[in-house]
Amino acid sequence: MQIFPCPFCGPRDETEFHFAAEAGKHRPEPAPEVTDTAWSDYLYGADAPKGRAREVWVHLTCGEFLLLTRDTVTREVLDAAALPGRGEAAT
Amino acid sequence: MSGWRHPTLGQIDRDRHLRFTFDGEGHTGYAGDTLASALLASGTRVLGRSFKYHRPRGLWGLGGEEPNALFDVGHGGISTPNCRATLTPLRDGMDLRAVNTRKAARDPLGLLDLAQRFLPAGFYYKTFMAGGWMRWEPMIRRMAGLGRLDPSNRPSGDMPQRNARCDLLVIGAGPAGLAAARAAAGHGATVWLLDEAGAPGGTLRWRGGEIEGGPWQDFVADTVQKVEAAGGRVLTDTTLWGAFDHGLFAAWQRGARDFHWRIRAAKVVLAAGAIERPLWFANNDLPGVMSAEAALHHLVLYGAVAGRRIVLATGNDGSYPVAAALAEAGCHVTLLDAREDTPAAPEGVEVRRGVAIDAARGTRSLGAVRAGGQHIDADTALVSGGYTPSVHLHCQTGGKLDWDVDRDALIPRPGTSPLIPAGAANGTFGLNAALAEGHAAGGGMGSAPNAAGATWALAPMRPDPKGRGRVWIDPQNDVTLKDVKLAAQEGYRSVEHLKRYTTLGMATDQGRSSNFAGLAAMAALTGRTIPETGTTTYRPPFTPIPLTALGGMRRGALFNPLKRLALEPQHAALGATFGEYGGWRRPAKYSDTQAEAKGARETFGLYDASPLGKIEVIGPGAAELLDFCGYVAMSTLKPGRARYGFMLGENGVVADDGVTLRLDDNRFILSASSSHVDHVRLILEEARQDRFDPSRVFVHDVTAQWVTLSVSGPQARTALETAGMPDDVTALRHMQVVETRWTQVPLRAARVSFTGDACWELSVPARHAPGLMTVLEGAREALGGHWIGLEALMILRAEKGYILIGKDTDGITMPQDLGWGRPRERRQDEYFGRRALFTPEAMREDRRQLVGLDCDGAPLPTGAHLVPLDGPARSLGFVTSSYHSPTLNRSVALALVDAGLDRMGDTLGVFHLGQHRTARICAPCAFDPEGTRLAD
Amino acid sequence: MTRYSALALAREGLRGHRGWRPAWRKPDPKPAYDAVIIGGGGHGLATAYYLAKNHGVRRVAVLEKGWIGGGNTGRNTTVIRSNYFYPESVALYDLALRLYEGLSKELNYNVMLSQRGMLIAAHTPMQMEICARIANAMMLNGVDGSLMGPQEARARLPLLNDAPDARYQCLGGVWQGRAGIARHDAVAWGYARAASALGVDIVEGTTVTGISTTGARITGVETDRGPIACDRLGIAAAGATPGLVAPLGIRLPIHDYALQAFVSEPVKPMLDTVLLYLGTGTYVSQSDKGELVFGGGLDRVPTHGQRGNLPVQETIVSGLLEMFPAFGQLKLLRQWAGVVDVVPDSSPILGPAGPEGLFLNCGWGTGGFKAIPAGGWLLAHMLATGAHHEVSRPFDLTRFAEGRLIDEAAGSGIAH
Repeated sequence: MQIFPCPFCGPRDETEFHFAAEAGKHRPEPAPEVTDTAWSDYLYGADAPKGRAREVWVHLTCGEFLLLTRDTVTREVLDAAALPGRGEAAT
Repeated sequence: MSGWRHPTLGQIDRDRHLRFTFDGEGHTGYAGDTLASALLASGTRVLGRSFKYHRPRGLWGLGGEEPNALFDVGHGGISTPNCRATLTPLRDGMDLRAVNTRKAARDPLGLLDLAQRFLPAGFYYKTFMAGGWMRWEPMIRRMAGLGRLDPSNRPSGDMPQRNARCDLLVIGAGPAGLAAARAAAGHGATVWLLDEAGAPGGTLRWRGGEIEGGPWQDFVADTVQKVEAAGGRVLTDTTLWGAFDHGLFAAWQRGARDFHWRIRAAKVVLAAGAIERPLWFANNDLPGVMSAEAALHHLVLYGAVAGRRIVLATGNDGSYPVAAALAEAGCHVTLLDAREDTPAAPEGVEVRRGVAIDAARGTRSLGAVRAGGQHIDADTALVSGGYTPSVHLHCQTGGKLDWDVDRDALIPRPGTSPLIPAGAANGTFGLNAALAEGHAAGGGMGSAPNAAGATWALAPMRPDPKGRGRVWIDPQNDVTLKDVKLAAQEGYRSVEHLKRYTTLGMATDQGRSSNFAGLAAMAALTGRTIPETGTTTYRPPFTPIPLTALGGMRRGALFNPLKRLALEPQHAALGATFGEYGGWRRPAKYSDTQAEAKGARETFGLYDASPLGKIEVIGPGAAELLDFCGYVAMSTLKPGRARYGFMLGENGVVADDGVTLRLDDNRFILSASSSHVDHVRLILEEARQDRFDPSRVFVHDVTAQWVTLSVSGPQARTALETAGMPDDVTALRHMQVVETRWTQVPLRAARVSFTGDACWELSVPARHAPGLMTVLEGAREALGGHWIGLEALMILRAEKGYILIGKDTDGITMPQDLGWGRPRERRQDEYFGRRALFTPEAMREDRRQLVGLDCDGAPLPTGAHLVPLDGPARSLGFVTSSYHSPTLNRSVALALVDAGLDRMGDTLGVFHLGQHRTARICAPCAFDPEGTRLAD
Repeated sequence: MTRYSALALAREGLRGHRGWRPAWRKPDPKPAYDAVIIGGGGHGLATAYYLAKNHGVRRVAVLEKGWIGGGNTGRNTTVIRSNYFYPESVALYDLALRLYEGLSKELNYNVMLSQRGMLIAAHTPMQMEICARIANAMMLNGVDGSLMGPQEARARLPLLNDAPDARYQCLGGVWQGRAGIARHDAVAWGYARAASALGVDIVEGTTVTGISTTGARITGVETDRGPIACDRLGIAAAGATPGLVAPLGIRLPIHDYALQAFVSEPVKPMLDTVLLYLGTGTYVSQSDKGELVFGGGLDRVPTHGQRGNLPVQETIVSGLLEMFPAFGQLKLLRQWAGVVDVVPDSSPILGPAGPEGLFLNCGWGTGGFKAIPAGGWLLAHMLATGAHHEVSRPFDLTRFAEGRLIDEAAGSGIAH
């Protein structure tokens, strides 16, 4: 059982969290100007880094999305933060 | 017959005789015995047969390392397979059966041993190919396996799983563990001290000793008292079997009731001790060859003496107390020490120096050994090839190992694991040294508890690759030194290949006493060092643990717990039969599904629609959020009105459908399919937080707070009037919604329909649901309406061509495939899933599309495929919903069909399990296509 | 290559097995090959074998950073089946199954294919409808599949939970008689031995550190034992693939997850088929040695660490016991995890990528073992001819941009 720190609720069991996406993806818009390849890269492309990874997760019980930095090999959690602009609202 | 019961030694209750049978023969033991000690004392030598050659097998060890003595244990009318004799307490009336044999003492399959030369490691990879493996497999399967499962033994799923936290977790309550726990508890730390055995003390329990000038028992009792006084616990009969991520440890506690513990600790000390290595000489698998440590263990704890004429072969100081104790117990003991430089001979023990056993002799059990060219008669050969530290948990946490020449062992590399090793687990052998290391590991200040006794000296003992005869490395799986040689010769040289090719270490003892020898032999054979050869990966469980420990109480109703309706008792009182739908337990029917479906069309039907998801979207940004997340724009919806729409995934696939209600400018209720509520909520939340200003819109799932009862049918309005619903409810037209009060109860009423008839959805806070149900039931009785279950509702919605997401759509269905292409063509703004609706595949005209099917005769089977009438059979799609419509008095069906819209009016074949029919493609809606019944 | 047979075993038995040679040679890498394959798992070794056997390309090296068969080939639950929904999937997995059916003879190495049949069991009427959909699809696609009723299912699985109040009553399901299990290690070793005999160099303990190109063409690989030149490169490295091709600017739709597998202590035969239970998501079979081999869903957290976690273990085991309460007598003997390369549609990626001469075989997720012969057959075809095989074409990487996913879970409701 891994423990992830929700920036809003504190440390919680991994089973309360859901992986959303790798961080840093920007939705290409508007649709008519986006190529098939660019869209599929946004939708499906992954770096799946071995080691340090930045990911967007959601804490299912509070519904807040968060940025998690962790090591995908050792499974060490390095940092957890609210989405940009969200942390202030919480504090 | 050679083992015997000492008249006074042991901690058994000699007043309580326990009768048991082994392979049908009666025996008696004492309360406090294990199966192993009782059988050892009874003189029974052959306790089992090996896996492959069916060679006789006797007791080898103690605790979880025992590879041979495994029994099917019958007790209380049921039996349990593969019980380890060393870990199972004896109980009166037990019926023990050796596994993998009819009778351990006489096993006709023992003749297999004569063919052993043709059955080397991996022989099955080279043969059994003629006619296919299946020809041989039944025979092989019958011969393999250990015990027998008892079909009538169904252990209940009620083992509690408990969570615990502590400052210090100490694994192993031997000298090092005790010292660590004592030191930490002395600072006020909460300590959990765990041990696999039935009492704390570890090797002290049979090796004894004085600590701080007093008997070891006082030290143990005082330590337990200190731990408990500081708020800690001492758990015995508890196996810490696994280390997991982020400092989680799992332990199985045995007792009158078993528990499964999940423990997190600020600090962990690994004091799991070490396991004695065997020695490697010809026929070292004969019953009567036994671990020296185990012999002392059984002697001191149970008064079970391994034999009378004993040869003890060793290369370390740890065996001398064993020899002394056995001599004192009355055995004739000859100690063979491979070293020249040895401690003094214990009283009554003949020590021969520089001598090792070359071969054991005997047929079914040991009769003599040959050592240093001499023949020595012996009924028992105790052996000690040194000690292997139990580093499993260190390695499970990612720890690395270093080869330590002095300790002759792979020991934990400092800093590679959060666990702090201490004592024998760290290769520190000897009481005083273990106490000191434990004390330090527990954070002890000042001087450690003091005891007599130097650290043991030991000489490295190794299997001799040039040794003659059959030398066993893994006694349960019958892996011999020759097998290791063959693996090396054939190139299976990686330790993992060695393990997999020879099955070395894959027996139920998990290679406790065999892995080191296999590794050492492979190293010697390939000219590498032990560290170069490497070790296999250590994984949980440390000791086999019952599946019931992992299963815990999560069974039956607690396995994926069902969601229950607030009105379930009322539905039950009405005679409802329940079913499981999308995680909810809901009424499937009340009487007869066809009659319910027909009645609902004739008068009115009532059903509980509470599981339908209700997600409130509130705030000035609500409309904008819904427009982005939905396929159908909602910002143009007027307050007090409802609109049907879809939610897509970013891949363009329909994720859910449902009606959105606009209550006022800044307040919407989005309905979601009952099994998709969580997913829909997440889509909304993600967009809200990632794309919009989250302070302007709020998303709240209120599904559980409201109960919704639906009233549908030509007499629905009359029913509502009869039930006393307010006028603003009865006056509603199709796709209108109102928030009002019924008596003093908040009521939300919406004219939305999943039946095709005029239908009111009435939602009240869950606590008022029984009252609402009572008045509706009164109206039903008065007017002759019908409660309808899910099954009837399925017919009604299918008659209308209304889809169920996940049933009438699949994971590639896009909205245009459902006849909802207009938003895709018209909308100019960005919305979730938009771009994916324009990939080359999404643009195809011949996509799989929703259609209706018209056929004669019985309903088409759901799951049947549409096929061309002529030419080779291939799937053109499949039937997704199909029912007999009592109103239309014919079958109705929905299907997803390739280019279905182009095939309107065509007749296609219908294939189901080899049977063929035909059906005509038609529009999905079979009932009231003009929608006149909705307009009421 | 000494031929394996009962006779050879008898002959060697009489002379102390001195005549057996290494199953595969242990060569040092040569400076250049006609084709190089990265990854010494089942797929890579099969590719090498079929390159040599089917296409006569024998100057081939398989580069393995550890020991062969040490990845997911040696970490799975050994189920082999082709009970799929989409014609493209059936074509692929049934090619594999047909090759498996002749594999022991083909390789002269007993891979112990046990075609004991597999049941995908349903517990609700809706699941039975989905099962009918799959069974019909299998029949139309020319594969042996049928819909099994509850009586026959109970007859085949007498230990199934039959308590009147059981949460998941078995209503039957999809049956495939040709499905079964095989000995996973033997598949890797058998291909290695046969490929080695045809001249393929299997180089263990060698890590590829880079891929060399002219930009447009593959020119070789860099390894920790020096550069190796080649103009055709196949990658069959599962979860390591994205990292290998990333420097070439290729981003793959792959996420890595741990998938756990479990083995119980062995018992005498009591489960004669492979079972996947839709109600609990747990699948199980009994090995020839008598152990229950079982598994379930992926771990929740993307990872490259080959370790399982406790919550998923608890879910899978409780699911097993819900299906078979009598299994509560058994103990868990071993548990492990493999890192699986999961693609959005859970179908593999087969085909060219980036510079000319580079071909991928990855993205098998949880389903790679059953496909080994086909994966090797098709990658060999592509490396030899430079073009897709008709069976591999639908699995090309371009399907993601074109929106042409082959999603079994979406089509049938049942994942790999």
